[in-house]
Amino acid sequence: METLAAEAKADQMDPAINRKKNSSLWLDSLSRVIKSKTSLIGLVIITLLIVVAIFAPQIATHSPTDQSIIDRYQSPSSEHLLGTDELGRDIFSRIVYGSRITIQIGVITVGISMIVGVFLGAVAGFFGRWVDQIIMRLIDIMMAFPSILLAIALVAVLGKSLTNAMIAVGIVGVPHFARIVRSTVLSVKETEYIEASRVIGAKNGRILFSHVLPNCLAPIIVQATLTIGTAILDAAGLSFLGLGAQPPLPEWGAMLSDGRSALQTAPWVVMFPGFAILLVVLGFNLLGDGLRDALDPRLKQ
Amino acid sequence: MSELLRVQNLKKHFPIYKGAIFPKQTGAVQAVDGISITVNQGETLGLVGESGCGKSTAGRTILKLLEPTDGKIFYKGQDITDVKGEELRKLRKEMQLIFQDPYASLNPRKTIEQTVTEPMKIFGMSKEKRQQKLDKLLEVVGLDSYHKSRYPHEFSGGQRQRIGIARALALDPELIICDEPVSALDVSIQAQVINLMEDLQKEFNLTYIFIAHDLSVVHHISDRVAVMYLGEIVEIGDVEELYGNPKHPYTKALLSSIPEARPLEKRERITLEGDLPSPSNPPQGCKFHTRCPWAEDICKQKKPVLKQVPGAEHQVACHLVKEVVEDTEATLV
Repeated sequence: METLAAEAKADQMDPAINRKKNSSLWLDSLSRVIKSKTSLIGLVIITLLIVVAIFAPQIATHSPTDQSIIDRYQSPSSEHLLGTDELGRDIFSRIVYGSRITIQIGVITVGISMIVGVFLGAVAGFFGRWVDQIIMRLIDIMMAFPSILLAIALVAVLGKSLTNAMIAVGIVGVPHFARIVRSTVLSVKETEYIEASRVIGAKNGRILFSHVLPNCLAPIIVQATLTIGTAILDAAGLSFLGLGAQPPLPEWGAMLSDGRSALQTAPWVVMFPGFAILLVVLGFNLLGDGLRDALDPRLKQ
Repeated sequence: MSELLRVQNLKKHFPIYKGAIFPKQTGAVQAVDGISITVNQGETLGLVGESGCGKSTAGRTILKLLEPTDGKIFYKGQDITDVKGEELRKLRKEMQLIFQDPYASLNPRKTIEQTVTEPMKIFGMSKEKRQQKLDKLLEVVGLDSYHKSRYPHEFSGGQRQRIGIARALALDPELIICDEPVSALDVSIQAQVINLMEDLQKEFNLTYIFIAHDLSVVHHISDRVAVMYLGEIVEIGDVEELYGNPKHPYTKALLSSIPEARPLEKRERITLEGDLPSPSNPPQGCKFHTRCPWAEDICKQKKPVLKQVPGAEHQVACHLVKEVVEDTEATLV
């Protein structure tokens, strides 16, 4: 036993390296995200969005729903920072409050896509054969429809409301998750440590949820970040068409829709919510791209 | 010594399909093509052969990680060829595998504690017992208990392989199949791990099937050695007998390739020509005849069977070995 201990000591020769590697994959990735300028911009935009959403009552100068017909279509001024809309509501305050709805939309829709998509993709990839065939052909059918069209069809069935719009957009996002997760599971399940878990007598459920899926996290997170942007855009599109958020909810897409009749006389009514959408979607896309690069194991030194 | 494992005419063929929409089987890779071995309690059987000869496939098929195409596997006299599901899971307690690549065989997202205690958790051991066992296992494989909460990437190759060994020991198995456990390690670490495995074998009365292509390592650790070529066993015997008195031309060629410590001593080297034939289309007759320097006509036509070499624990499948006991068919079956 003594010789063993000595031998063991011998192959722990480089403790310095060990300690350096101690930081986890996630910390590594975070530092890499911060180092990249573009993804840092994305991170800043999203942080800003979250801060604005949390402190909306403190930041907003007016109530987002109070109408004042006398003040309608006022151009931006010190009283109304971004002007007012056709009912005299302060656009700045509506955008500030709208950030809460935007975050809600982003999180809930992507949550739906992710939970359903990851489950379907994981089951398809892990069990293969006819299970795979059935699930993936259904996914193919869903992908055959343009996403906004599918969302419109779903809302038409479910009835128009913000909740239903979120459900619709969530369902539309399922195929992307399912495909990415399936392909990742396919590669992970062939690794030796999955074989090892079979050797120690683990059942399929344990292997899938405790060994395979945790090793598929990186692409799932990247996809989630990138999808939040698209989901916000799709939900705004549905609201613009009157199928999502209903008045007087200060949803950005709905605000665009409200202001389009006055596009020539009062462009700020449309411009600023549009700009807000652009900024947030851009933020999520930049962060998503940055995360994808950061979590790519090939970049790990 | 009592018999622990008996494998009879084990075959594993991987079908080859052609056609995307209506796949048709056009052939099969005959990775393992009828091997028969017995392994006794407490011994180490070395399984050697060049890359692609089916050693690892044989090991995995015996463990039932792969479904055998044909043949029988008996464990402690019980036919386990067709066990499935729950029964197969129970067998896992008895048979374990040590992997070749210590970098790929540990889940990168699990701590050492999680990795080593998982088998015990699966088989319902209580938490305190798991902890006790974990501490003991880490001690026997020569790791410190503060390593428990670390992740695989924080360890060196040798340490990782010790973790893999600890995991394999967690269920107190009797048979461990070692799939080239040291070939991915530095030579200096190889010796440590081999010594560890020998110590463990004595301590826990383990039985090893030791798959390797490093002949010196196999010589050191094995009691008996089986030589595989293209999915078949061409020679099997006691380690000293086989290394000292190789009969099969392939074994001779393999052994003559071991580097010698005495370069001035002249010895005959047999260099094999050509490549290993494709296992999806193996040669007729003796599979080795395409590369055998002494091949005769009979080798191309008739497939040799394992025959006893008189006066020793030694069997060989070659038409050219004349001193075999002609009448006794392979007594392994």
